[in-house]
Amino acid sequence: MTKLTNLTIADALTGLSKGDFSAVELTSAHLDAMAAKRSLNAYITETPELALEQAKESDARRAAGRAGALDGIPLGIKDLFATKDVLTTAASHILDGFKPQYESTVSQKLKDAGSVMLGKLNLDEFAMGSSNTTSYHGNVVNPWKSKSDPAKQLVPGGSSGGSGAAVAARIAMGATGTDTGGSIRQPAAFCGVTGIKPTYGRCSRWGIVAFASSLDQAGPMARTVKDCALMLNVMAGHDPKDSTSAPIAVPDFAAALTGDIRGLKVGIPKEYRPDGLSDEVNKVWEQGIEWLKAAGATPVEITLPHTKYALPTYYIVAPAEASSNLARYDGVRFGLRVKGDSLDDMYKKTRAAGFGAEVRRRIMIGTYVLSAGYYDAYYTKAQKVRRLIAEDFKKAFETVDVILTPTAPSAAFGIGDNTDDPVTMWLNDVFTIPTSLAGLPGLSLPAGLSADGLPMGLQLIGRPFDEETVFKVAGVMESAAGFTATPAGVAGNETNAGSARGGV
Amino acid sequence: MIIQGETCDWEIVIGLEVHAQVISNSKLFSGAPTEFGGAPNNQVSFVDAGFPGMLPVINEKCVEQAVRTGLGLKAKVNLTSVFARKNYFYADLPQGYQISQYDQPIIGEGTLLIDLDDGSTRPIGIERLHLEQDAGKSIHDQHPSKSFIDLNRSGVALMEIVSKPDMRSPEEAGAYLTKLRTILRYLGTCDGNMQEGSMRCDANVSVRPVGSTELRTRCEIKNVNSIRFVQQAIEYEARRHIDVYESGGDIKQETRLFDSVKGETRSMRSKEHAHDYRYFPDPDLLPLVISQELVDGIKATLPELPDEKKARFMSEYGLNSYDAGVMVAEKDSAEFFEIVAKGRDGKTAANWVMGDFFATMNSKPEYTWANPPVSAENLGRMIDLIKDGTISTRLAKDVFIFMVESGKDPATIVEEKGLKQVTDTGAIEAAIDAVFAANPDKVAEVKAGKDKLMGWFVGQVMKATQGKANPGMLNELIAKKFKE
Repeated sequence: MTKLTNLTIADALTGLSKGDFSAVELTSAHLDAMAAKRSLNAYITETPELALEQAKESDARRAAGRAGALDGIPLGIKDLFATKDVLTTAASHILDGFKPQYESTVSQKLKDAGSVMLGKLNLDEFAMGSSNTTSYHGNVVNPWKSKSDPAKQLVPGGSSGGSGAAVAARIAMGATGTDTGGSIRQPAAFCGVTGIKPTYGRCSRWGIVAFASSLDQAGPMARTVKDCALMLNVMAGHDPKDSTSAPIAVPDFAAALTGDIRGLKVGIPKEYRPDGLSDEVNKVWEQGIEWLKAAGATPVEITLPHTKYALPTYYIVAPAEASSNLARYDGVRFGLRVKGDSLDDMYKKTRAAGFGAEVRRRIMIGTYVLSAGYYDAYYTKAQKVRRLIAEDFKKAFETVDVILTPTAPSAAFGIGDNTDDPVTMWLNDVFTIPTSLAGLPGLSLPAGLSADGLPMGLQLIGRPFDEETVFKVAGVMESAAGFTATPAGVAGNETNAGSARGGV
Repeated sequence: MIIQGETCDWEIVIGLEVHAQVISNSKLFSGAPTEFGGAPNNQVSFVDAGFPGMLPVINEKCVEQAVRTGLGLKAKVNLTSVFARKNYFYADLPQGYQISQYDQPIIGEGTLLIDLDDGSTRPIGIERLHLEQDAGKSIHDQHPSKSFIDLNRSGVALMEIVSKPDMRSPEEAGAYLTKLRTILRYLGTCDGNMQEGSMRCDANVSVRPVGSTELRTRCEIKNVNSIRFVQQAIEYEARRHIDVYESGGDIKQETRLFDSVKGETRSMRSKEHAHDYRYFPDPDLLPLVISQELVDGIKATLPELPDEKKARFMSEYGLNSYDAGVMVAEKDSAEFFEIVAKGRDGKTAANWVMGDFFATMNSKPEYTWANPPVSAENLGRMIDLIKDGTISTRLAKDVFIFMVESGKDPATIVEEKGLKQVTDTGAIEAAIDAVFAANPDKVAEVKAGKDKLMGWFVGQVMKATQGKANPGMLNELIAKKFKE
């Protein structure tokens, strides 16, 4: 029998329903694996007692014939989701000791569907980062190893780095992520897993620590397209507690995986070949196009002319919102408080001690772009450009059904690389940010391995609230890619193992 | 009002910003209750306390109340408006920003008619009305080194109603606040209670030489909590400006506080809080879009407002502008009056309501509109008894007092106390004869031309009939008697 931790969610659900194993066994296998892989630092907080209790309850429900859609499936929850009575940190010092008395809508829905929470996953502080190196609780290590330098620790991507690493390392069957500018898709690509940022408004933001409200969106990360679909089925849906959540019915995303994409038109944006795009990534992209052609879809070159403005636009809009969203961390009501001589002094000391460098940088940028005299030049302008970027996509979707791009310009890099200049780090999100600004669904799936044995991802972008087409095309690509590679330590191997049709 | 200075005559220019707490069961963006006076931090949701991941959801009731108020102020209702964040740090502002409306408020320009003491009216422009969250309360006097924070008020809906700089005297400012409060109470959108802080006022004051049309630098006097204090603060501030200008100085734009004990305004220390509020549209909220149908529906439920009611009282009941203004100043008094006046002489009704009734009403705190000293129905019936001659106006005063004491119907009181007026000519003549017989010297004096004594005779006969003689008949009969 396959190791329980290597099962997909879909297979595990079958196994549980057939009685091949219990939820307690499945959960215990994951808890053991978590204990063995603490060096990855994927979890900030492990909740083994809670997990076993939930697993027991799940087995009881299943025995009583009341199993939910994800009953007994052990998942990791990004530590940006508020979880009742469980430490919630946003990977920041400033939330020290914060145990919410409420549960985020998305994690509550997963709970209600019977899933088991293994713990809270590490991330970049307040989800600000692309390498999971800004966490107060330490870097997350990518389980994948470079062939040329197996000793080198690689980043898992960010901000949902803990989620990506945990799913890849088989210490969670699936995980929640959040994506503001690529925080699900880029770590999914770096860790060789699948992740989807659904359309803005598809999942409730209620109970998720806010970074940039007009961009933040929760989504699943798992090892297959179908597993993501099964999770999103549960996570999505209108929430009256979130005014920006869409009152739109949730289809069965898993049912969209028909394998038939004949006649679909796939847009290939010509602007997505910037300097610094690795040849390997470019090659995987070309292969992806060929796979879709072979399945009966038609590639169409499209233009998204305002793409080059996406990154600067994002780095005005997101910090602006963040500077305001993070004002509530003031030491008055919860989390860290550093005493001061006056109220202002307490604010200064608390926030200086509580926020890391990247968060402080973005608060300052955001404060600056919103300040009197600069607002129009930055914020107003950025909002206009944002609309133009959205228009680009709207126009493109008049002729194509889905868009295929690389997820990130390169495979995972080393911890400590790209840190000299924040802008170099920000370039990681050059392919994911336009989608975020336009509020569109974007999915990343592993498509191949680099010469160095590292996974590379491709991104599929869909029309608003048309995750079904994205899933359908992703399913076809997944079969074509045959990505069976696993990172070090998964199949008892010291290094990465397995293969993929894509890559070099 | 013109203030005479040493160099010229000065005119005051006043604009008022009123924060009116919306009457609603729950807060603007959360389900927490809004009642006044709860134990500290007892009416606070996680949204109001700015906890991580909490999101605002607009309370439709508050939106309807704002629209209702806008319609009451004859103002433009904007079908699309936008909530914006006003960013600043303070301990009683949990989110680190206040959700307000900035360049796209829900209500645009309107008009409010102020009623002045001489019975005249004057229109004052309304610039805008927007919805915003209230902050919590900082309490600094409970501990030597700590401040206490009460978040009960945090998130309660306020309407900020901004006037145009159209007022020219403290009296007009007072009339504006009084009228605004009346309208809000008629509409049921704010209880207008300034002591409890459910209506607060900031006054923007500047001065200029009479005849000039410039707008000079203004100062904002914050959070004055009674109409009288607003007037005092304006007067003080205007004189301060004039003094500064006349001694060659310049006024700098600043926020000031009114010290009601000393009767003066003081600069708030502004150095460390030179705020840049960094307004931007709140990304947690979609633009607020309301339908014309909603507006029309609210319009259909508007009560008759004080101006219309006053005009109707004047035309329907024949009241003068001043009396009508007094009657409509409160919705309850207007309703009371109308029950009394319906189908009767309006002027008589007004005299009784404004005279004996108001005097009694104000004499004891237990009298309220819900528990008036005399019911409107009984007061009306009493007026009927005067009209049909059962009692005289003089007797009615006694009947009124008995009604206050017993709560009984006036007819019953007249019956029980034998207060029916005497209209029997014979009986009155007999009484006159008796008085004449007892005072022949005075009769002679009247006959010799001392008309002033006529009144004395009327009084004597009235006394002899225990006040029950019909005064009209009595006068007539006495006059006739003297001519004999």
